[in-house]
Amino acid sequence: MLVEGIKSRPIYSPLVARTGTLHLFMADGEGAQAILDLATTASPGFFERAHICYIPRAAAGRGFESALQALNPAAFYVGPTVAAALPRLAVELANAHMGTQIYLAGTEGMIGQAMVVALAAGVDQASIQREHRGSEARRVQCVHCKGITEDVTTQPAKCAHCGLMLLVRDHYSRRIGAFQGVCVDAEMPGTAPDPEEAFR
Amino acid sequence: MTKSADRTPKIDVRVTQIVDVTSEIKRFRFEPTDGKPLPVFAGGAHVVVEMEDGDTLRRNPYSLMSSPGATDAYNISVRRDPGGRGGSMFMHDRVTVGSLLRLSHPVNLFPIDRRARKHLLFAGGIGITPTLAMMSELARYGDAFELNYAVRSENDGAYLDQLRNTYGKRVSIYRDDQGEQIPLTTLLAAQPLGTHLYVCGPGGMMNWVLSTAEGLGWPAQNLHSERFLAPPSGSPYEVRLAASDLSIKVGPHQSMLEAIEAAGVDAPYLCRGGACGQCETRVISFDGTLLHNDHYLTDDEHAGGQKVMPCVSRFEGRELVLDR
Repeated sequence: MLVEGIKSRPIYSPLVARTGTLHLFMADGEGAQAILDLATTASPGFFERAHICYIPRAAAGRGFESALQALNPAAFYVGPTVAAALPRLAVELANAHMGTQIYLAGTEGMIGQAMVVALAAGVDQASIQREHRGSEARRVQCVHCKGITEDVTTQPAKCAHCGLMLLVRDHYSRRIGAFQGVCVDAEMPGTAPDPEEAFR
Repeated sequence: MTKSADRTPKIDVRVTQIVDVTSEIKRFRFEPTDGKPLPVFAGGAHVVVEMEDGDTLRRNPYSLMSSPGATDAYNISVRRDPGGRGGSMFMHDRVTVGSLLRLSHPVNLFPIDRRARKHLLFAGGIGITPTLAMMSELARYGDAFELNYAVRSENDGAYLDQLRNTYGKRVSIYRDDQGEQIPLTTLLAAQPLGTHLYVCGPGGMMNWVLSTAEGLGWPAQNLHSERFLAPPSGSPYEVRLAASDLSIKVGPHQSMLEAIEAAGVDAPYLCRGGACGQCETRVISFDGTLLHNDHYLTDDEHAGGQKVMPCVSRFEGRELVLDR
């Protein structure tokens, strides 16, 4: 059902420890493992200049919090939701300088929203690394009502705001950090196929 | 010999003013002979000045330092370099008010990145010239910028008072003879996110600024520099131009590009200083050593021996065949 080769589809790659004066990490769920993997190759003292912000979400209870804390970062925060953590990131960036490296790992929804905050703060794209880990669930914007539905796993998917059945596309908005959902049965309302799990 | 095969459009200008800026630096004002407006340019652009010096056609790149909006005249500043190949000495000793010269159209290999939240400029010595045009442009746009300018002494520094008067606290001047040094690490560590850095000056200074920034984690995309190399001298050698079916001799103080042009072969170029890549030429075969000298090709390309930059590269050995 998806159109292949859409260029706005984000590309992710494994986090690597870079040279920098401050390393800001934000991870959710299994994204914690990406930080732990990076830690195996990071130079000694790397985490003395690192701040880690972690949102356990579905990975709660799997010991990621204590494993991250054991890295001894200069600052460590565990938060309940991405929404609660984003303003913290904005404040950290407001006080940050050139030489800051950003590391984002976990779900695409978190990565996309953190990217929006970072770019708004003036961070250069080249200073942001992104590694997708865990759920494939998507953050989707309904192109009709503009409402955003989080954690979409089906195709088509029902817009949580206006109720239209949406085809979830690979077409991605970097500005709002979401995939685009387009009404799938506009010509003949009510004929949308039944939703099937597409993004596990 | 002075015949140029270069068919790119040129601008004929008359020198209308020469000012002694310091004991070593002169400023030249060029006005178009046809009275038509000169092409507009953006801060960081340069022109190639053609000088007919006897049998030798010299072409040297000089950064435009005038306000980018001004189309009635261009200004350049030239530092006298007695150890150079003669272009700057020609400008200093032979060019007078009323002299006719020919310019290339402006080319910008050192443009401002308008996405920057702040522009942090570094200049050393005569490297101040492109930053003068850049600052004029940035001030007009109301962009945040700051200049750090290293000079040998108050007397040797060009445009110090003009800079202090025009830009006030946005300019910091460091005088070597007073033991003043740019506090580079502190300065770089204090820059806001989204800052772009620009540096023009002596090679050692540029390497210092760029490598310090890289070491602090600045992305390469935020680092901008311009450095024109003078074509180095060396032993004379011969080059076979396969496409033109010609064999040419390159003199000890001549560049390969100049020799190609002197033979009447049209070869592309822009910066003539090993920076832009425009003159890149394919090497068909060689038996000897390529002396690359440019800072355009990668280390792998230098080692590969498939390409040369005739504006600054030389050759030592038995035979060099180019696809030109």
